[in-house]
Amino acid sequence: MDSLARVARSKNDKIFDFINYSILTIILLVVLYPLYLIVISSFSDPVAVNSGKVMFWPEGFTLKGYEILLENSEVWRGYLNSMLYTILSVIVNLILVIPAGYALSRKDLVGRNFFMFFSVFTMFFSGGLIPSYLLVQQLNMIDTIWAVIIPSAVSAFHLIVVRTFFQTTIPDELLEAAKMDGCSTTVFFLKIVVPLSAPIIAVMALFSAVSEWNSYFSALIYLQDQALYPLQLILRSILVASQDAATVTDGAVDPELIAEQQQYKELIKYSLIIVSSLPVLVIYPFFQRYFVKGVMIGSIKG
Amino acid sequence: MDTVQKVKHSSMKKKRKIKTFATIRKMARNWELYLFLLPTITYFIIFKYVPMYGLQIAFKDFIAVDGIWGSPWVGFEHFIRFFESYQFWNLLSNSLLINLYQLLFAFPIPIIFALMLNQVTRSRFKKLVQTVTYAPHFISVVVLVGMIFIFLSPSNGFINNIIQLFGGEPIYFMGSESWFKTVFVGSEIWQTTGWSAIIFLAALSSVDPQLHEAAIVDGASKLQRIIHIDIPGILPVIMIMLILEIGNFVTLGYQKVLLMQNDLNIASSEVVQTYVYKSGLLNTQFSYAAAIGLFENVINFVLLIMMNQLAKKFKQQSLF
Repeated sequence: MDSLARVARSKNDKIFDFINYSILTIILLVVLYPLYLIVISSFSDPVAVNSGKVMFWPEGFTLKGYEILLENSEVWRGYLNSMLYTILSVIVNLILVIPAGYALSRKDLVGRNFFMFFSVFTMFFSGGLIPSYLLVQQLNMIDTIWAVIIPSAVSAFHLIVVRTFFQTTIPDELLEAAKMDGCSTTVFFLKIVVPLSAPIIAVMALFSAVSEWNSYFSALIYLQDQALYPLQLILRSILVASQDAATVTDGAVDPELIAEQQQYKELIKYSLIIVSSLPVLVIYPFFQRYFVKGVMIGSIKG
Repeated sequence: MDTVQKVKHSSMKKKRKIKTFATIRKMARNWELYLFLLPTITYFIIFKYVPMYGLQIAFKDFIAVDGIWGSPWVGFEHFIRFFESYQFWNLLSNSLLINLYQLLFAFPIPIIFALMLNQVTRSRFKKLVQTVTYAPHFISVVVLVGMIFIFLSPSNGFINNIIQLFGGEPIYFMGSESWFKTVFVGSEIWQTTGWSAIIFLAALSSVDPQLHEAAIVDGASKLQRIIHIDIPGILPVIMIMLILEIGNFVTLGYQKVLLMQNDLNIASSEVVQTYVYKSGLLNTQFSYAAAIGLFENVINFVLLIMMNQLAKKFKQQSLF
């Protein structure tokens, strides 16, 4: 194919390639530059940042923004809360999705289509915000960590992805052979299916971890106690509601500190973006193929 | 004749009996699988189906002490109140317009992007573009909106710096009604193009390479091959994604809208879902808000079914 292409490549194709590579390079820069700008601004002198001097490299290198963040107990607590919520929601997700997804992949499961429809229907029709809120209220989950973990833990999409994975990776012969040896379904699942499902467990864990880490809305509606706030809600008050970081800090009584923080208000925003996105952005390139795999498995039977 | 029929009938009955018996035996043999399903199905019943049942408060006057069940029925009162409220047309047109722009711009761009990327033969460059363009997908909405505020700031945002560099006046993007939708859809494109392209890239990789080889022998250019081989090859996937997109037509991205809203742009940024949130959870008019939510839900559902039927009619891929 390659040699054929080389022979047949006409002048038109050369022009096409030139334009194609140019546009893709521009797209690459348009996506990359804002991210790069945030990174270099977070290391720069706030005065230079505010006057728009920081464009291609850091000006007046400083770590002040990160230092202030390290002293901010709200941010720390949010960080720890988010980590806890993320770990718990991954666990809940895996428990609910892996065994059920396996069961749905079995062709000898009577009522398989019914259960599938039962799950998929929830993707297209839902009770909506208010009834969901009233349910959480009735379950006495308002202002508990479970409100931000459980209602959003599983979606039918996850179930479809897991089912499709098992359908394509666990051959029927394997089950037949195990049955012949007198292996029960549970033993087969634990001894054979689970060890083979490392990729799908990774995909599901990453999907639910990223969505929990990045979510703010359920925390916004279900949590009142500030001690329970996840990082994203703290971010919202600093980045979006443009609340001064000073008023968020516990030690706000010190006027000198307030003045200093006022000066570094913008700087904090940059370092906060870096600090909060870092876990995900660092993890993602290593697991990129898993994420991509998840999307593709899900798309086989959307 | 009669006896023959009777015999036939009874044998059919017997067969059916045997079949039900076999089914039950099959179910009994796989009892563990039902145990696997039980927690998940229970979860769906409690967290997805109970709220659907709770939707009846849209037709009731919700009184907290009486609960969903005990509150009095009022029929379509809340719906009528919503349709007659002065905000109705504004909300509806904002929701529809934002989603129409999404559909016109944010939907085709990933397809074009995937088609272009598919033509790249240098695999390191391809990998680099993919890794970079997927990255914004992992940024949270809060951070994204924070970045929008920083970059579009009229005093020191870099977009306005560029505008001023070319001698223009700085624009207060976030405080303007007319810019809101552009900023919303633009940032959506920035964040999702790479990630949404994955599915189309996967579809492109399964296009039969023999078609391309044959076309090359016939002297087709790259552009011609894209138009006549690649695009028809991924059309079924495009249709499915389009149906799904339409199925979410009115709902899309309200969590981001909520973050981007302020008093200055509210006239063009208030959408149905943010209004549901405000009237329901901030002003505790649960029934009224639930009615609006249901109205939106029904629109989405009807659009989904319509799109699906349309796709079936044109003999394209359909969802169900």
